Amino acid sequence: MSTSGLRTDLDIVASWVGKGCRVLDLGCGDGLLLRHLFDSRQATGYGLEIDPEKISQSIANGVNVIQSDLDQGLSDFDDQVFDQVIMTQTLQAVQRPRELLLEMVRVGREGIVTFPNFAYYRLRAHLALRGRMPMSGALSYGWYETPNIHLCTISDFEILCEELSIRILERRVLSHNYQQSFAGNLLPNLFGEIALYRFCQS
Amino acid sequence: MATSYPADSVGLVSPQTVAFNAPLELDGGHTLPSFELAYETYGTLNADASNAVLVCHALSGTHHAAGYHANDDRKPGWWEACIGPGKPLDTQRFFVVCSNNLGGCHGSTGPTSLNPETGQPYGADFPLVTVRDWVRSQALLADHLGIQRWAAVAGGSLGGMQALQWAIDLPDRVANVVAIAAAPRLSAQNIAFNEVARQAIRSDPEFHEGRYQQTGDRPRRGLMLARMLGHITYLSEAAMREKFGRDQRGVSGDYGYNFDVEFEVESYLRYQGQSFVDRFDANTYLLMTKALDYFDPAADHDGKLGQALANTHSRYFIASFTSDWRFPPSASREIVRALLDTNKSVSYAEIDSDHGHDAFLMPVPQYLETFSAFMRGIDLGATA
Repeated sequence: MSTSGLRTDLDIVASWVGKGCRVLDLGCGDGLLLRHLFDSRQATGYGLEIDPEKISQSIANGVNVIQSDLDQGLSDFDDQVFDQVIMTQTLQAVQRPRELLLEMVRVGREGIVTFPNFAYYRLRAHLALRGRMPMSGALSYGWYETPNIHLCTISDFEILCEELSIRILERRVLSHNYQQSFAGNLLPNLFGEIALYRFCQS
Repeated sequence: MATSYPADSVGLVSPQTVAFNAPLELDGGHTLPSFELAYETYGTLNADASNAVLVCHALSGTHHAAGYHANDDRKPGWWEACIGPGKPLDTQRFFVVCSNNLGGCHGSTGPTSLNPETGQPYGADFPLVTVRDWVRSQALLADHLGIQRWAAVAGGSLGGMQALQWAIDLPDRVANVVAIAAAPRLSAQNIAFNEVARQAIRSDPEFHEGRYQQTGDRPRRGLMLARMLGHITYLSEAAMREKFGRDQRGVSGDYGYNFDVEFEVESYLRYQGQSFVDRFDANTYLLMTKALDYFDPAADHDGKLGQALANTHSRYFIASFTSDWRFPPSASREIVRALLDTNKSVSYAEIDSDHGHDAFLMPVPQYLETFSAFMRGIDLGATA
């Protein structure tokens, strides 16, 4: 946790949002990230969420939330109407992550994405040594009930961005327990548990 | 008091009437020399009149939105699910006002009222009114009650559309808009249903071109048919299956080979139709459906709803129900899209429910929760 009270990954995301920016948060959950962005960075914007309970929580937290299915794309929004489009820990749970990344840079000047790195060494070990589907703090579901249907690694993500002509502006990697570490920066695809990216259309 | 009411009900309420003696110009070109509005209020208006919520009723609704008129009332007001202590429109916090629309048949001036010029009931001579006319008349009610700005204007179905019209016509007088199961305009299918309903009434031999009050007749069969048709469209297929299926009144599979009521769904529709006839006026039904058909705020802006809403500065809560095919989620989404296009403060919930259009009247938990969360977020200090 940081001084903002947000988890480290969300704190980094918040630091990437400029003062007074207009943001869209895909899968905004209880709306607390947006709430923080509204309060600390005078941001404005909306959250999209599919879970009814979280929609009530977002509204209760004073966040404008639109019930939406991200798998249907972002057709409610015109091109380039947001400064930043944020998606935290949701990329791996959507049906067409490739199309959604393109949608993000269509409606926003910049995209911000965080996801669990499936090549994290503990996950590799889980599969290699125990022969079981990997589970960790960031990936806590059993294989038969996981919403995470499109897991990827840091390398996979960067290759996809290149294919899609998406330019990566910044990358941060967090290791175990959302800590930044020397090893994670040195060998991100091995020691990074959470990957954070800021990108735009090149 | 012999009867006690549920703790979350406003309890016993009495309607009031206010007369406006200045002429009211209507969209259709007519002028009403004077008119009355019947209304009810629940809760207490605060000192700076910042906690008032206007509730707008749907097609067949009335000003009796919550509570009971008498100890032996079988049913409470139509929006009992949402109005009362601890409910979304929390009467411990808000002063809730609901008026019978102009042209109605429950106390506000309408076709059954006496035309001061002739001394006879208006009947078919009562001018057609629009949703804008309703807003105009309700603004006079707001003045009468000393309410400069509503903390919220809320409604379901036609009432939700009226709430939108409020924000468009009098943007400074509406802090928040709640539009449930509404639509930016009626679809061709909607208008078609309304037209069948109107034809059912108008082709009843006892309609007498709308002057049935003078003859002592009433187009009962036509109005009943109109209501039966309406009821089918307010329920979802799933709700009908769940509620009636193919259940028969008598032994299942034992057919009478005649046209008596056999299936439960027939019985239900006939009962709904017949009880409606006792409490509703056919001319009002015609007028209300026409007001719905005409509603289209985007029409004045090249069909662009966003432009119609551009000058509003309310916060919006829009909700729809998954099984509502009368005003489906896609209609609400169109409203949301227009609000997003113009950077309005808006939240939208698509409530999972099998109840069809009627769900807006029901205590669907997710609906009440999101609606409550929105209402709790209203800052009364900021609405004055």
